[in-house]
Amino acid sequence: MSGDSQAKVLGVAFLLCLVCAVLVSAAAVGLSSRQERNKIEDKRKNILQAAGLYAADRPIEAQFGKIHARIVDLQTGEFTDRFDAATFDSRAAARDPATRQPIPAERDLAAIKARSRYMDVYLVMDDGRLQQVILPVHGKGLWSTMYGFVALGADLTTVTGFAFYEHGETPGLGGEIDNPAWKKQWPGKKVYDESGRPRIEVLKGLVDQGSANAVYQVDGLAGATLTARGVGNLLRYWLGADGYQPFLETLKQEGVRQ
Amino acid sequence: MSNARDVLLDPLFNKNPIGLQILGICSALAVTSKLETVIVMALAVTFVVAGANLSVSLIRRQIPGSIRIIVQITIIATLVIIVDQFLKAYAFAISKQLSVFVGLIITNCIVLGRAEAFAMKNPPGLSVLDGIGNGLGYGLVLLLVAFCRELLGAGKLLGVSLLATTGEGGWYLPNGLMLLPPSAFFIIGLLIWALRTWKTGQVEKEN
Repeated sequence: MSGDSQAKVLGVAFLLCLVCAVLVSAAAVGLSSRQERNKIEDKRKNILQAAGLYAADRPIEAQFGKIHARIVDLQTGEFTDRFDAATFDSRAAARDPATRQPIPAERDLAAIKARSRYMDVYLVMDDGRLQQVILPVHGKGLWSTMYGFVALGADLTTVTGFAFYEHGETPGLGGEIDNPAWKKQWPGKKVYDESGRPRIEVLKGLVDQGSANAVYQVDGLAGATLTARGVGNLLRYWLGADGYQPFLETLKQEGVRQ
Repeated sequence: MSNARDVLLDPLFNKNPIGLQILGICSALAVTSKLETVIVMALAVTFVVAGANLSVSLIRRQIPGSIRIIVQITIIATLVIIVDQFLKAYAFAISKQLSVFVGLIITNCIVLGRAEAFAMKNPPGLSVLDGIGNGLGYGLVLLLVAFCRELLGAGKLLGVSLLATTGEGGWYLPNGLMLLPPSAFFIIGLLIWALRTWKTGQVEKEN
């Protein structure tokens, strides 16, 4: 072995750690504000894309102007001011014991085990009138948890847009949930039936356009039955009584109160 | 002492880290479905290998033999974290696609291999050249793989459609296999075959 003294070994190790730690902290601290801004921009871009409002040539900041971020208490269906909507992170809140709500297995359609009691929702307003509501949703596909936003029109039941921004499904099969041709089917579909039950589903195979149910149905994806089923399930969970339905009911009756 | 030109250029074809030494395969499978991510990944690896080689070489006489691997890994990890932080700040979209694979540069055998095999024994100038050469050698193979995968798998290069796919009303039916990691194995295998047919000296002796 080497003839280095123990003191030298410890000394070199200590100095190296010190220099490396300073460099890493400097990079992390120095760049953190930029990184935060990127994260917020990215999320806003996803929201705009889901609502079909995104234009690549305009700054996101400006496009986001007519979108109001609010926090909803899913238990009561009311808005709450407990958190700052600009920085609220529902994924972190789903892990935080103070806001985490476990989902009983028999009601866990989206297969996510637990969710945050509070969720961030986005209201697209025009002249004080509600145009769209954009809701974050997530649930299990075949391999991965799929995260997306679903946008509903002013009647709070017609889909105006739906897109995933993060998933790990198989490229070419389940990954086709990103295919623009498939996503184009969503606008115009109805989420709830006459009795207010979430009916939206992704079929295995093609929708029979003549059927009375066609308005609740979307074509399946060839070779991706489980991913497609996951998409339907997570929508019915999040738009159902355990998800945003109480909030949407309140919103329908009372309108947007500031 | 080998001359600078050889140190820089040998890793491209004669001693390619992927082609000859079969190192760094993991990330070569993971990030090569698109050219754009590959370019960033290759630059990141080149920066890390060159930086690690430089730092290790500068202090090579001070590093106690008993903890030299730990010292090398600490230096490499520091550089990788810095690269990762910069990508998150200045190339957010790409850093999202590269996800964990930037962090995994730490475990890329090419980086540790060059620090241990070259930078511990050579002066800083040559070590930097060796690092740049190996980074580029790695990048070259990745570029070739990504070129095949993106073109055949999505009909695109750098995101620009070249072959109109049937999904968009064109004639080209994309090969879905090319978007999956195993296809990178096939392409790397073919590349190594081609390289060893060209430079027969690289063929391993049979045991």
